[in-house]
Amino acid sequence: MSSAVINNPLLRSKTGIWLKKNLFSSWLNTFITLVSIYFIWQVGSFFLSWAIFDADFLVNFRGEVILDRTYCSKNIEPGLHGACWAIIDARFYQFMYGFYPAEEVWRVNLTFLLLPLALIGIFFDKLPYRKFFIYFTFIFPFIAYYLLYGGPTLSQVGTNKWGGLLVTLFLGVTGIGLAFPLSILLALGRRSQMPIISSMCVIFIEFIRGVPLITLLFTANVMLPLFLPDGISPDNLLRALVAVTLFQSAYMAEAIRGGLQAIPRGQVEAARSMGLTYWQSTRKIILPQALRISIPPIVNTSIGLFKDTSLVLIIGLFDLLGIGRAALADMSWIKLYYEVYVFVSLVFFIFCFAMSRYSLYLEKKLKTDNSQ
Amino acid sequence: MSEIVISLEKVNKWYDDFHVLKDIDLSVVKGQKIVICGPSGSGKSTMIRCINRLEAHQEGKIVVHNTELTNDLKNIDIIRKNVGMVFQQFNLFPHLSVLDNISLAPIWVKKMPKKDAEEVAMSYLEKVKIPEQAQKFPGQLSGGQQQRVAIARSLAMNPDIMLFDEPTSALDPEMIKEVLDVMVQLAEEGMTMLVVTHEMGFAKTVADQMIFMDEGRIVEQAIPDDFFNNPKSDRTKLFLSQILNH
Repeated sequence: MSSAVINNPLLRSKTGIWLKKNLFSSWLNTFITLVSIYFIWQVGSFFLSWAIFDADFLVNFRGEVILDRTYCSKNIEPGLHGACWAIIDARFYQFMYGFYPAEEVWRVNLTFLLLPLALIGIFFDKLPYRKFFIYFTFIFPFIAYYLLYGGPTLSQVGTNKWGGLLVTLFLGVTGIGLAFPLSILLALGRRSQMPIISSMCVIFIEFIRGVPLITLLFTANVMLPLFLPDGISPDNLLRALVAVTLFQSAYMAEAIRGGLQAIPRGQVEAARSMGLTYWQSTRKIILPQALRISIPPIVNTSIGLFKDTSLVLIIGLFDLLGIGRAALADMSWIKLYYEVYVFVSLVFFIFCFAMSRYSLYLEKKLKTDNSQ
Repeated sequence: MSEIVISLEKVNKWYDDFHVLKDIDLSVVKGQKIVICGPSGSGKSTMIRCINRLEAHQEGKIVVHNTELTNDLKNIDIIRKNVGMVFQQFNLFPHLSVLDNISLAPIWVKKMPKKDAEEVAMSYLEKVKIPEQAQKFPGQLSGGQQQRVAIARSLAMNPDIMLFDEPTSALDPEMIKEVLDVMVQLAEEGMTMLVVTHEMGFAKTVADQMIFMDEGRIVEQAIPDDFFNNPKSDRTKLFLSQILNH
């Protein structure tokens, strides 16, 4: 090796060593690295200039406020300009709230604000005053129902007016929240010694897992009213919620069953030999251990469900994606596909990425907990 | 005349086709210490696991404290409260501290107030000589310490019968003594004990009765003196010569 290389401070630094070892260790590696850099640069720079540097936000290149698609720079000088984000701004209200009445929208905002407070107690077990956060978690659904739907002193807002992120979060969070206890019962039932209970759980889980969510949504939409007494016709959102909850509970049950199977038999035997009942040993011994193990797969299926909620647009509900497609149908903003889809993807990505990070954090935490 | 606390009559058990227990007859008097030995697969663990119904027998009768073990869950619960069990693999609850491991059953089964249950737990931790480990988690203790916690955990329910299923088989040799010492102390206090073990030194000091099992049968039952010095069956002689001369 020549002295110039040895004395080069970059090559002796930690980054330098890492680069050499991982990216430039042989001619082939160097070649692949360079091709990759070129490729990333091409795609990245194209996307960035489209999305940011050459894009219109609220005004076009002439400085006019964008009122409809004809003001977009790319429609004035085709081929020279990037995205026209004004459509997102024009439709932002709908993306967030759907057709929720503007004078009542503070109720949705308040619910959005309270949601993190309701979740934080579940997510972080070392939180100070965690007990109170958990209490809040349990009363939050009632507060949210009262705020969003209305009741005494608040005017009623039918779910047919809900839409956008509100519907996506409502289905995602409520679906996951309701499916969780249901899935624990299903997982326990599937492992039950009692043949009727266990076969019922197996049939339920296998049936739901064997059917696409779209089919379930259609089924719930068409068939749910048939099972209910005459005159009671649950609204569309509720029907979708039932389908989403059942779907999620089957998948989560399998994740939890995996955790249950990982608990050695001796744990139950020890608990039972001391006189603890089935429910006591399940609650105090088995579930705390099994759920810890199943957290990553539970989060995994939850991310899946959160994205799958966009399928409700086929039964006429306007979730985030549904609102996006409605915006595209608007004559004054027609043909701005990319902007809408990129925005919708970004919103989904933010939520799913947060869930995924949280899952990683938990996995790391579990590893350190177990090595005690 | 001493009171019979456990009696097994013509007990048979099968795992599918495999006949694990064959016509087991046994009666245990209050305060008696019985050591059970035999080759692996001889049914000795299965037998003591039947006594608190961790395994169900298919034929015969098992009576503990005048309560017969049947499918009746209430009877099973009554018996389990009075019969403690210590396992080969300790089976401590890894997500609970040592103190919580021990106070769990008193709190949930005996409905004891938490504070009282923790006092009871501490007193038994002192008895097994590791009160300083109360706040640790099972994973932070040595095998011998874990098994002593497991013994304390069983004792905290204040049972009058203790079952030990190979309590030292999973331990490193240097830790066996600390566990056996606790068991000897327990025996001296008059606890009724059924111990499955190959620790013949322990058996000689503690046992009132020795039982040798092979292929699901009780082959020989005798007082330790006769059992070690004058075994009747050839199978017992062979077994003893193998385990005493290694």
